[in-house]
Amino acid sequence: MAKKTHVTTTLNGQPTEFLCEARQSLLEVLRDTLHLTGAKEGCNNGNCGACTVLLDGTPVVSCLVLGVEVEGKSVTTVEGLADASELHPLQQCFLEDAALQCGICTPGFLVAAKALLDENPCPTEAEIRFALAGNICRCTGYDKIIRAVQHAAERLTLRDGILLAKQK
Amino acid sequence: MTEFEYAAPTSVAEAARLLSQAKGRAKILAGGTDLLVQLREGLRHADLVVDVKRIPSMTEIRQESSGSWRIGAATPCQQIENHPGIRSSYPALADAVRIIGGWQIKNRATLGGNLCTSSPAGDSLPALIASHAEGIIAGEDGSTRRVPMESFCTGPGKNVLQDGELLEAFVLPAPPAGSSGAYLRFIPRHEMDIAVVGCGAMLAVTNGKITAARIGLGAVAPTPLFAEQASQGLLGQVPSRDIFAQAGEQSRAIARPISDMRSPADYRTHLVGVLVKRSLEIAFRRIQGESIDPLHHSWTAESSSL
Repeated sequence: MAKKTHVTTTLNGQPTEFLCEARQSLLEVLRDTLHLTGAKEGCNNGNCGACTVLLDGTPVVSCLVLGVEVEGKSVTTVEGLADASELHPLQQCFLEDAALQCGICTPGFLVAAKALLDENPCPTEAEIRFALAGNICRCTGYDKIIRAVQHAAERLTLRDGILLAKQK
Repeated sequence: MTEFEYAAPTSVAEAARLLSQAKGRAKILAGGTDLLVQLREGLRHADLVVDVKRIPSMTEIRQESSGSWRIGAATPCQQIENHPGIRSSYPALADAVRIIGGWQIKNRATLGGNLCTSSPAGDSLPALIASHAEGIIAGEDGSTRRVPMESFCTGPGKNVLQDGELLEAFVLPAPPAGSSGAYLRFIPRHEMDIAVVGCGAMLAVTNGKITAARIGLGAVAPTPLFAEQASQGLLGQVPSRDIFAQAGEQSRAIARPISDMRSPADYRTHLVGVLVKRSLEIAFRRIQGESIDPLHHSWTAESSSL
């Protein structure tokens, strides 16, 4: 049996350890070892974006990251977006705006869109389309996804504004 | 993927030692966007994968006292795109890394990886040629050598790296006074495709005359090309559309493209003339302070100072 490496990482905010072979992708580790099946295997060669996760806060395709590479790093998957009681505004807006049909691409879009809104809370439509160009959807034609991200951006800035006002 | 060992050295010396011990059976992992696909598809094989992203000198961008910039070979494209110093000093390179792939890819794919993959169509290569960049290659005995970008690739997928050597960093000389640049790529859609033709240009203008110019071409020969004659022909000239078109004509002369599913050869040659002219024009207009996004620039409705 192939040698396994012990890897320590922060996964969705929790300290996490796992064993993996050098040849295993982060996507394989997430799905098969850690049983987080949110990230999807679409193309398995970096083209489709369905396996997008955040690595130290930046979106990457987990099929092109080795499990052993995340030693000491932080990983966020779609499972880390919602809190215990409610969906992330992006998830809520995807539902309300019918921004998904078959759903395979959705976790990747949600994670990439979260990274975008973390970095740029009020993106233009062109900025949203540019940021999500690495995610492929074969059902929606993208317009509903773009609209859902726009709505989520509005909701998040409103929420953050209210929070800020309360703090004052 | 078939089994391999993994190592993540923290110094170039350690990486070079691992590579030389493996006697050609090791592969260097930077962003992994080419290597992991090739290993998975069985196009390449490795007994050992050497991850160079934990080597500080290979992942940092810094300005040297001479004014030149040093970019670690394993620096992801997105970091280069975001870097204010690179954006202002080397607009052609900033343009190129911006469109090299989607966001997820740009967060992983590295400048060194793009060069070492040595595809004739690699987007950063014409921009690096235009920026007069050199690669610093580290050898197993601790020595280093420098190779100009236009001499690095020797054929599709081939380059000057020997067994036991690795590309450590890029050095880009301080840009000439009054200079700017641009990278343009022709693809049959807006984004996310491999270049049919790519062109990087750097131009400097002092007292109304061109004082420096470098044109790099991609996807029109087995390796990226430096259009030396066309670049030198610009020196001393007063910038104008005609002069830029002339440089385009001269650049066409060195194109040796192939016909493939992306384009017939003669169309690629035609595009060289168009992209050289336009990238020089964008560089010139940027010198004059215009803010131009090549992705959204309209060439049909022209209003320009030229």
